[in-house]
Amino acid sequence: MTVKDAGRAARAGKRATDSRAPAREPERQADHAELIQLLTPEGERVEHPDYPLEISAAEVRALYRDLVIVRRIDFEAIALQRQGELGIWASLLGQEAAQIGSGRALNPRDMAFPTYREHGVAWCRGLDPLKLLELFRGVSHGGWDPTAHNFHLYTIVIGSQTLHATGYAMGIQRDGAVGDGGEAVIAYFGDGATSQGDVNEAFIWASVNNAPIVFFCQNNQWAISEPLERQTRTPLYLRAKGFGFPGVRVDGNDVLACLAVTRKAMQAAREGQGPTLIEAFTYRMGAHTTTDDPTRYRLSAELEAWKLKDPIERVKQYLIRTEQAEMSFFDEVEAEAAAVGSRVRTACQQMPDPQPVSMFDNVLTADTAQLAAERDGFAAYLDSFVADEAVAAGDGR
Amino acid sequence: MTTLTLSRALNEGLRKALEANAKALIMGEDVGKLGGVFRVTDGLQKDFGEARVIDTPLAESGIIGTAIGLALRGYRPICEIQFDGFIFPAFDQIVSQLAKMRYRSRGAVKLPIVIRVPFGGGIGAVEHHSESPEALFAHTPGLRVVSCGDPADAYTMIQQAASSDDPVLFFEPKRRYWDKAEVDTEGGLAAALPMDKARVLADGTDVTLLCYGPMVRTCVEAAVAAAGDGKSLEVIDLRSLAPLDTETIFASVRKTGRCVVVHEAVVTGGLGAEIAAQVTQECFYSLEAPVLRVGAYSTPYPPSRLEDHYLPDLDRILDAVDRSFGY
Repeated sequence: MTVKDAGRAARAGKRATDSRAPAREPERQADHAELIQLLTPEGERVEHPDYPLEISAAEVRALYRDLVIVRRIDFEAIALQRQGELGIWASLLGQEAAQIGSGRALNPRDMAFPTYREHGVAWCRGLDPLKLLELFRGVSHGGWDPTAHNFHLYTIVIGSQTLHATGYAMGIQRDGAVGDGGEAVIAYFGDGATSQGDVNEAFIWASVNNAPIVFFCQNNQWAISEPLERQTRTPLYLRAKGFGFPGVRVDGNDVLACLAVTRKAMQAAREGQGPTLIEAFTYRMGAHTTTDDPTRYRLSAELEAWKLKDPIERVKQYLIRTEQAEMSFFDEVEAEAAAVGSRVRTACQQMPDPQPVSMFDNVLTADTAQLAAERDGFAAYLDSFVADEAVAAGDGR
Repeated sequence: MTTLTLSRALNEGLRKALEANAKALIMGEDVGKLGGVFRVTDGLQKDFGEARVIDTPLAESGIIGTAIGLALRGYRPICEIQFDGFIFPAFDQIVSQLAKMRYRSRGAVKLPIVIRVPFGGGIGAVEHHSESPEALFAHTPGLRVVSCGDPADAYTMIQQAASSDDPVLFFEPKRRYWDKAEVDTEGGLAAALPMDKARVLADGTDVTLLCYGPMVRTCVEAAVAAAGDGKSLEVIDLRSLAPLDTETIFASVRKTGRCVVVHEAVVTGGLGAEIAAQVTQECFYSLEAPVLRVGAYSTPYPPSRLEDHYLPDLDRILDAVDRSFGY
């Protein structure tokens, strides 16, 4: 048991009677930036004493399949934007391992609160990728039911969702759903979001309430054009210490490490040991969104260096080296990814625009007289064009 | 019937709301042991426990943001923002998240959250403690905005707000917290006027006087004074600012032909401007005079030694009534 674990166990024991009791003992934590890694960029499996991971060949192959498919969906979406089928797309390129590793660490009853880039987590939760494309095409603002897959709506304002996640976790506590078979929440955000007041407030609320939540920060090094140095002078995972809960830094391009670290943190949260901050150290290999031009603010050499740490290639090398997969497996995954990509592409191109009057729906739980009058007026206005066209067509004959 | 202050009526209403629904929560700064700085939540934590009456950290965005999360989990938070001028750290969570999340989800989620805001001036407070920001929220689709003007409405409307499945901004007239009136705490809510309906407080034939919150009492007093001058004022407590009960407003203005809107908030871009536009559009041929507005000047809230000059009072209301007759 490490010092950190011991502190945690002590905390948990003290709080056996009331999971909402405030934390009193400060967490002990190393001050050096240790990067937890279980799979090197070269595809070599390494062990970490705090994060033993027993994982079958089939499970590693399943992770590889996830990684390849979500990258393919991302490529398709970028292409669809270039073809004018999407208004914009926020690429996850380079962050697949952070998202698949953490996403596969969740239980079905856990709740995830994403940003607008968690396409890999959405995949893990079983959300149809087309729902994501709806948003970026401008057909909806998301529009999925968060309870259907325990995957909340995408949140575009930076950091807002960390407070929603924390409040949800406080609800879990009030439901008595902490402890054996408990539930927990994971809140996603990026390095830029750590400068937001809401994220810092979420840390405070989670800490003083000992809420069952994991804060999963994908530090992709860039907030649009601003490098990490513009957001922080301390490693982000160390921020947790000041708020009174543990923080860890994991190799965000290592799907196995992300899986193991998130599993442990989620389990601690479910058991009533409170929040954890995970900093997944990764890299945004593409642009911030399709409207962005990263060549204006960063050197291509940096991207080239990170390409050597690619999150997918290392898993492939590991599977090949350890003979846990036949070459035919990789062909099958490629074929499946291509099929998913094809389906997504065709369905996106065929996606109809919503009915104009639908913009009046769901403003409140019931229409007000004003909304109903505006809808009726708008519908009559639209109909007047149809009538005019009919008259014009009649005149022409 | 019981005689209650407006503050106490809210307290009794909140107690009823907590009793009526086990998912109802109260959260805010100092709402627990202290019972809130105006004692509106006095004794509730003692009776309902710390898990349901929550003293939060001192950060307004956090209060509303976590309330949204609790609502997503099935809870019904009733939040207190300690003073009007402190709502702005939460403005983003209210406007960008709370007001839009149901729409964003195409109706999949509901957010039954009440945000109580003591508002308005007249208590000699320091800066940021006397403001009237209601128009900012009435301008935001996805929110209901209401204000109570007397203890009886305070008692019923806070319960109606708590049982609404929509987000409700609940503006409480802080200088009227100590006003007393008879309140029926025995009868249920069934007979109560719905929260989104205006109430005609005094029938009149010459001028329609529209008001809400702290200006309700002032307008009733103005009507009594005007009656002495032979003028008959119809006083309407709007109660709901979003949506507006335009049916009641238009019916009155069509009868009187004159309309004066009174609020403490800055006149420019305020509720009065919206009401004036709608009345002009819908009651144009009934109007004997333009709709007039009485409210605060286009300045920040002044130091409290000047607030009696800044806030609308009986004389400024009667002056507007006289001007309305001048057309």
